[in-house]
Amino acid sequence: MHKKRDFLFHLYMALFLAYLLIPLMIMGGASFNDSKLPTVYPWKGWTWQWFIDLWHDGRIWYAFRNTLLVAVAVAAIAVPIGAAAAILINSLTGRIRSVLYGVMIAPILAPGAVIGISTLLFWNKLNVGSGLHLSVLGQVSYIAAFVMLLVLARLQSFDQSLEEAALDLGASHGQVMRRILLPHLYPALGAGAAIAFFQSIENFNITLFTRGNSDTLTVYVFSKVRSGITPTINALALLLILFTLGLALWYELARRRRARLEAAREAEGRRAEDAELA
Amino acid sequence: MRDLLRRYGAGLTAGFIGLTVFWLLILVILPNLTLFESSFRPYLPVVDIGGPKDVYSLGNYMKVFGAPVDASFFGITFQLPVHIKIFFGTVYYSALVTVITFLLAYPLAYYLAKIVSPKSLPTLFLLLFVPLWVSEILRSFAWFIILAFKGPLNALLLNIGIIDQPIRFIAGYTPVIVGLVYTYVLFMVFPIYNAIQSLDTNQIEAAEDLGSPWWRTHWRVILPHAKPGIASGSVMVFMLSAGSLLVPTLLGSTSAQWFTQTIQQWMLEALDWNTGAAYAFLLLILCTVFVSLVMRVFRVRLSDIAK
Amino acid sequence: MSAGIDLDDVCCDFGNFRAVDHVNVSIRPGEFFSFLGPSGCGKTTILRMISGFTEPSSGAIRIGGKDMKGQRPNQRPTALIFQNLALFPLMPIWQNISFGLEVRGVDKATRRKRAEELLALVDLPGAADKMVSQLSGGQKQRVAIARALAVEPSVMLLDEPLSALDLKLRQHMRAELRAIQKRTGVTFIYITHDQGEALAMSDRVGVMSHGRLQQVANPRDIYNNPVNGFVASFVGENNILPGDIQNVAEGMASFATPIGTFRARLGEGAQGGRAKLYIRPEHMLLSPQPGAENSVPVTVADVAFEGNFIAVQAVTENGTHLTAELRNDGAATVPATGSRMHMTFDAQRSAILPDSGAQPVGGA
Repeated sequence: MHKKRDFLFHLYMALFLAYLLIPLMIMGGASFNDSKLPTVYPWKGWTWQWFIDLWHDGRIWYAFRNTLLVAVAVAAIAVPIGAAAAILINSLTGRIRSVLYGVMIAPILAPGAVIGISTLLFWNKLNVGSGLHLSVLGQVSYIAAFVMLLVLARLQSFDQSLEEAALDLGASHGQVMRRILLPHLYPALGAGAAIAFFQSIENFNITLFTRGNSDTLTVYVFSKVRSGITPTINALALLLILFTLGLALWYELARRRRARLEAAREAEGRRAEDAELA
Repeated sequence: MRDLLRRYGAGLTAGFIGLTVFWLLILVILPNLTLFESSFRPYLPVVDIGGPKDVYSLGNYMKVFGAPVDASFFGITFQLPVHIKIFFGTVYYSALVTVITFLLAYPLAYYLAKIVSPKSLPTLFLLLFVPLWVSEILRSFAWFIILAFKGPLNALLLNIGIIDQPIRFIAGYTPVIVGLVYTYVLFMVFPIYNAIQSLDTNQIEAAEDLGSPWWRTHWRVILPHAKPGIASGSVMVFMLSAGSLLVPTLLGSTSAQWFTQTIQQWMLEALDWNTGAAYAFLLLILCTVFVSLVMRVFRVRLSDIAK
Repeated sequence: MSAGIDLDDVCCDFGNFRAVDHVNVSIRPGEFFSFLGPSGCGKTTILRMISGFTEPSSGAIRIGGKDMKGQRPNQRPTALIFQNLALFPLMPIWQNISFGLEVRGVDKATRRKRAEELLALVDLPGAADKMVSQLSGGQKQRVAIARALAVEPSVMLLDEPLSALDLKLRQHMRAELRAIQKRTGVTFIYITHDQGEALAMSDRVGVMSHGRLQQVANPRDIYNNPVNGFVASFVGENNILPGDIQNVAEGMASFATPIGTFRARLGEGAQGGRAKLYIRPEHMLLSPQPGAENSVPVTVADVAFEGNFIAVQAVTENGTHLTAELRNDGAATVPATGSRMHMTFDAQRSAILPDSGAQPVGGA
C-alpha cells in the first residue's frame, strides 16, 4: 500500500530538486553560450568570451572589492555583538528576557528597506553621510540577531559548572572566558561569521538605501540587469556559485570528519566503561 | 545578572552589556524612532529646515490617498488611489506566495521528515541547500533569463510547436509570484520539516492503525503538530516577499508595482526622504500586524517563530 | 598542607527560604568529614559557601583560622569536585589536570610533568593525551580528583562525586578515595545522601536536615547513639513506637506504648512526656519463649530471605508491625509464617528520642 505512495513522494522530491536546480544550471550554462543574450537555447556554440569580458570589467572588480570589505566588517562587528547579546540574554529570565529577546529578533523580521531607510535617516541627523559604512551598520543590525540565535543555541548545551570548576581552580574571569567559554562557542562563532559574511554579500535592500554612490556586487549586478545585460553577469554568477558551493562542501566535510572523530572517542569511552564493569 | 558578574567579573559583564546596548539602541531603536519622527515632517529645501514650515503633520501619510486609478477585485471595478492599490496588491500577492510555498513545501517537508531513509538525508539536504548558498539576486536573475521574451522557455515552446508567437511572460504579477515562490520556498520547507520531524512516528502509525485515512491523519495529527513550523515559515515567507525589492524590480513590469518599489521611488528618485520614511513606516506596520495575526491565529510565541 | 575549617553560626537565605540554619562545626585538619542528609537539606549550600560560590547570609567561615569573607573561589585554598565532575571536554586529560597550574602561569614542561605524576597517583598512567570522552566513568572520576589535587589545596570538597557510578564501581571508589585522602593528608569534606558512603569513608559525619546540623559524631556513634528521631531514622532502619516517658532514672526510663511498657535508654534530647522509642531490627530477638524484660508476643506475618540476613515481619495483638533481622549464620532456623513467637530487645540497645529535631525554621 505504501509502495505507490512512496513512489509518488520520490517523484515529487526529484521534481522539486529539478525545479530548484535547473534554473541555476540554465543561468550557469548561459555563460558559455556564444550569444549576445543570456540564454542556453538556442545553443550557438561554446565560448570563454564572457569570462574574458568579466576579467576586463574594472567596475565589477571594484564592486567586488567593496562587497568583500563590507562583508568582513559586518562579520567582525556582528559576531562580537551577537555573542555578547546571547551571553547576556542567557543569564536573564522572566519578563526582561522575553522583551529583550523580542527586540533582538525584530530586525530579522523587519523589511530590509525599513532598516536601510531608518539607518540612513538616523546617521544623517548626526551629520554622517551615506556610504558603505552605513551599509555595514545597517546590515549588522539584523545580522547580529542571526549570530545571537546561533550562539544562544550553543550556550544551551554549555555546562556552566565548567566555569565554576575553572574559577575554583584559580582561573581569573578572563581566563574562564578564553579557556572555557570561547572554545565551547567556537563552532557557533565560526558559523555565525560565515552566515554574517554571506548574508552581507547578498544583501541588497539595506545596501541600496545606504550606499551613497558606492557599488557593491549585488547593487552592480542589479543595475546591469536593468540597463541591458550580457552573459558576463552569468559568468560572474557561475563563479560565485562555484565559490560558495566549494566553501559549503568543505565546511560539511570538515563537520562530518569531526563528528566521526568524536563518535570514535565516545565508542572508546563506552568500551572502557564495559571493561571496568566486567 | 549577578550570575554574569560572578562568572566573568565586572569588566567583561560591562563589555557584554555595552555591546548589546550599542546594537539595540544605536543600530535598532534610535534609527526606528528617527524614521517615525521624520515621517511626520515635510520635505523642505535645506534653507527651510527648522524654519516656520518645519512642523509635524500627517501630510506624508495623506499622499497614499492621491492619484486614483481603476482597480478591479473579483470582477468588480472601482476607483482606488494608486499607492493604496499597490499596497494592497503587495499584501494580497505576498499572501498568495505564502500559500503557494506552503502547498509546495508541506509534502516535501513530510517526505524528508518521515518517509525518506535517514541515510540519504544528508545528501538531499546538501542539494536543497544549494540555492540558499546562491544569492537572492542570482536566483531571480535565473528566472529573468528563463522568462525573457527571447529567452530559452519561449524558444523551446516555439520550437516544439506548442506556441507560434513568443509569449511576453514578464507582464503583470505572475512572473513576480513565480520569482518569489522560487526564491523563498525553502524558508517554508525547513521550519515545517523541523516541526514534523519532532513528531513521534508512532502517533502516525497509531492513527493509521485505528483506521484513519491518510488525509485525516494529516489533518488531525500531523498538521496540528506542525503548526509552529507552519507559522514560522509563513512569517518568513510573507515578510521576505512583502519586503522584497529585487524580485519585483527584476521580474515585474510597470503594470505590476510592489510597495517597496514605491518607497524606493520616493527615496531615490523623488529624493523625498520624509515621505519615504512615512511609506516605510506603513510597511513596518503591515509586517507587525501580520506577525501578530499569525501569532494569534497559530497560538505561538515569538520565540517559536524565530529559530 | 591541610587546614581545618570552622563554620561559626553560619546561615544562608535564598529569599524567604533559609537553606542553612545556624550551623556550627569545626572540622579538623586532615580529617575526612561527611555532610549526610536528604536532598534539599542544605548540605550542597554549605559546600558552595566553603568553596566561595555562595556567600553566607550571616556567620563566618574560617579556613586554617583565616576568615574567608569576600574571598572569591579562585582565592580560596579549596578545590571542589563537582557532582558531574565538570571536566573540560575540549582539553586533553593532561591539560585538564594541569589547568589550575596553567592559570597560575606555570610553564608547559612542568605542568606536563606534574600531570603525569598525578595520573600515576590516581592509578591512571598513560591517559595524558586522551580526551575526556574516551574515558570510562571511573577513569573520569580519577581525573577529576587529580585535577583538584594539582592545585595542592588544603581542603578538598566533594559533591556526591560517586552518584553517577555503577554500584560495584562505587564501592571500589570508596576505598580508593579513602586511600587517596590518607596518602595526601588533605582535609576532605564530602557531601552525600548515601549513608553507606558516609559511614564507610568518614572520620566524622554531620547529619543534616532542613538546614540544621542534627548531629556530629563518628560513624559508630551516629548509628548506635543517634541524638534524635531524624538521625535514627535517616541512618539505618528502625522499629518506631510512640509513647510516654515515665519514671526517669540514671539515663533509663519506663516507656508506655500501645503494645506495652518497656524499659529503655533515654536519649540526649528526651526529657519527659511524648517521645518515640527506636529499636533497630537487628537488635530484635525472636524466640518461642518471652524474655526477662522488654518482650512482646507476636505472630509471624512474613519471612524474607535476603542472603546475609533474614527479615521477619511480625504483628502484635493490637496490629502493630515489628521487624527483626536475624543474622544468617548458616544454621539459623527460619520461623514459619503464622507461628506465635516473642520479640525481645535489650534496654541498652534501644533509645527513647524526642519526636524529631528536624522541624523547619523560616519559610516553606
